Amino acid sequence: MNTRRWMRAVRWYLRELTGEAEYDRYCERHRHHHPLAPVPTRREYQVLRTLHQETRSHSRCC
Amino acid sequence: MPSSAMPESGLPALQEPPATRSSTSPRSILLWTCVALLGAVAWGVVALARGERISAVWLVVAALGSYAIAYRFYSRFIARRVLQPDDRRATPAERLDDGVDFQPTDRRVLLGHHFAAIAGAGPLVGPVLAAQMGYLPGTLWIVAGVIFAGAVQDMVVLFLSMRRDGKSLGQMARDEIGRAGGAAALIAVFAIMIILLGVLALVVVNALAHSPWGTFSVAMTIPIALFMGLWMHRVRPGRVVETSLIGVALLLLAIAGGSWVQNSSLAGTFTLSPTTLVFCLIGYGFVASVLPVWMLLAPRDYLSTFMKIGTIALLAVGVVFAAPTLQADAVSKFAGSGAGPVFAGSLFPFLFITIACGALSGFHALVASGTTPKLIQKESQVRMIGYGAMLMESFVAIMALIAAATLDPGLYYAMNAPAGLLGTTAESASHAVAGLGFTITPDQLTQAARAVEEQTLIARSGGAPTLAVGMSEIFSTIFGGTAMKAFWYHFAIMFEALFILTTVDAGTRVGRFMLQDMLGNVCKPLGRVNFKPGIWLCSGLVVAAWGYFLHSGATDPLGGINQLFPLFGIANQLLAAIALTVCTTVLVKSGRLRWAWVTGAPLAWVTAITFTAGWQKIFSSDPKIGFFAQRDHYADALDAGQVLAPAKTTADMHTVVTNSTVDGVLIALFLLLVAVVIGNAAVVCVRALRSATPLPNTEAPYVESRIDAPGLPAEPLVGARP
Repeated sequence: MNTRRWMRAVRWYLRELTGEAEYDRYCERHRHHHPLAPVPTRREYQVLRTLHQETRSHSRCC
Repeated sequence: MPSSAMPESGLPALQEPPATRSSTSPRSILLWTCVALLGAVAWGVVALARGERISAVWLVVAALGSYAIAYRFYSRFIARRVLQPDDRRATPAERLDDGVDFQPTDRRVLLGHHFAAIAGAGPLVGPVLAAQMGYLPGTLWIVAGVIFAGAVQDMVVLFLSMRRDGKSLGQMARDEIGRAGGAAALIAVFAIMIILLGVLALVVVNALAHSPWGTFSVAMTIPIALFMGLWMHRVRPGRVVETSLIGVALLLLAIAGGSWVQNSSLAGTFTLSPTTLVFCLIGYGFVASVLPVWMLLAPRDYLSTFMKIGTIALLAVGVVFAAPTLQADAVSKFAGSGAGPVFAGSLFPFLFITIACGALSGFHALVASGTTPKLIQKESQVRMIGYGAMLMESFVAIMALIAAATLDPGLYYAMNAPAGLLGTTAESASHAVAGLGFTITPDQLTQAARAVEEQTLIARSGGAPTLAVGMSEIFSTIFGGTAMKAFWYHFAIMFEALFILTTVDAGTRVGRFMLQDMLGNVCKPLGRVNFKPGIWLCSGLVVAAWGYFLHSGATDPLGGINQLFPLFGIANQLLAAIALTVCTTVLVKSGRLRWAWVTGAPLAWVTAITFTAGWQKIFSSDPKIGFFAQRDHYADALDAGQVLAPAKTTADMHTVVTNSTVDGVLIALFLLLVAVVIGNAAVVCVRALRSATPLPNTEAPYVESRIDAPGLPAEPLVGARP
């Protein structure tokens, strides 16, 4: 039981850290703001996200 | 003068620090007394051990004890008295939440993001080079520097940027100090980044030259990243975790495969000279900057983050369990004489610029004023994210120092002195090391290279190979024994190269954006982020700029690291001076003169070390230290028709003359830019103190927070947003 909780926590952390969980939040947000519009699929969201990454830069330090 | 307790916003905020639970329970007192005692005992052992070898564990305990005390007391003091974060005030992440750039993020997740962004190869390289002066000065500077300067800078910049909707350091310099200061800061940031990329790329070149195993495994990261990119983008969109795990597995396979390649007919293909590697890296840097992010940059970033956290954890476990003994002297003779072969100059100021990342790194101010402040959920979390993440990086630097100090000093100098001094054979290197006052037999040197399956370890300067040998010693005592030594060596090389290439990718892009932004003022289309010719032109310019330094470093007869690392260190610390100037100015302007020493004292220190180092680099009459003295020395010899060692040809002599001129002029330029920023800031501070009314405030207005999650109570494990 305890191991399971640990595994869940690790999975949660990795999904959050890598941004994999972003899509879930995006859907939630989308449903809230546009209740009638269909939610973009994961693939469609990925395209949006890439476009966004393309125009932003983030520093990586030494 | 306004009262010191006045909050920066001038809004009806708390006069008293937030009513948090005062933790002076007997248990807490006992716990912190124990931590303090343990740290003090460890410092005592480290300080009093003379002429006997001590275990590296004492350094770890001393550092961790100090970090714990500093975090518990000093960072809390800064938060409560100086910055006064207010959890009832909405952060930009909450106010401007757009689900993309701004969004409240769980503090533990954000700590991971921030740490991954600030920690790279820097804290691994600097301490290794600084081990030339012995382990004690480096350790003291890393620990004291992070507590009183580095972590303070990160935390304060993060806080100020957060209160200003995530403004960048350059923007804050312009708003708080003025146009001249702002423009100088902007140019300095760009120039410093170019030097940084050049020097880091040089570390990779020195680590991979003539090493088919290393070159193969690092080259394989490109197809692995491309595969990951395709997988995440096309096959299983957005599945980052599984893709990263596949990537890490492939990476380990690539490292193991390197051993096979080295002994196969392919070895020749992957045995590259430094010059060839330079052009490969320049080409790679350009392509990576022009390709879509999802193809190369993003997957490599994930890979690098996973490797970073995994390997650092592994190293911590390794140091504690293997408990290696420190072989280096506590304080070496080069600390006083300044005649060390790794970098020239005496302990003050050169130790303090050689170890930048891990103690005080100005580059962090760019991260702390960019992405991170837009994601903070609650103001009080700047303490954990700003101060805490920097303490973690400092610990990485301590481990790198330990890895270098556990090596036999003879081997250390045989690896880190310039090639010109050591020659190319084991005999010549052994002889040169004996000349420095240390011993290593040619046989031991050959044995050491054979143990990690490299052709040679002579003059593998740059820090990465030394750290890799140290790490392979530590890891192999725990995992796999001597048979695994070569694997761990190449694992460490790969791990550093991966960091550095990620920094090169990201840095080239950041530089490109900055350049596009600047050129956009002259020619509109160039400023557009999706105008292809603009992208190509600016990427090309940025790559050419750092490529120039990389090439000059790789071909410098005096040793590129020896020549360029001081430039890099001075540049990085000058950036810290700019950041601390901005912080101090804001404290003074907002009526907190009483607490201005918190950033003012580290500012005074960093100004003293950078300007002393810069002054010596420009005006010293010793050609080993002063760039212009070096230039004259070689130019005079050229006029007299002589060739001075370590140069071998007249062309080498010309190279030295050109490089020392460029380096000297650059240092002078950097010092001038920073002097402009500091001078301008001093004027603003005096004006603020004389003014009867407070100067205009640049903070975003106060908005009440709706997120009800102050303090530490359990947050649900369902995502960042409550």
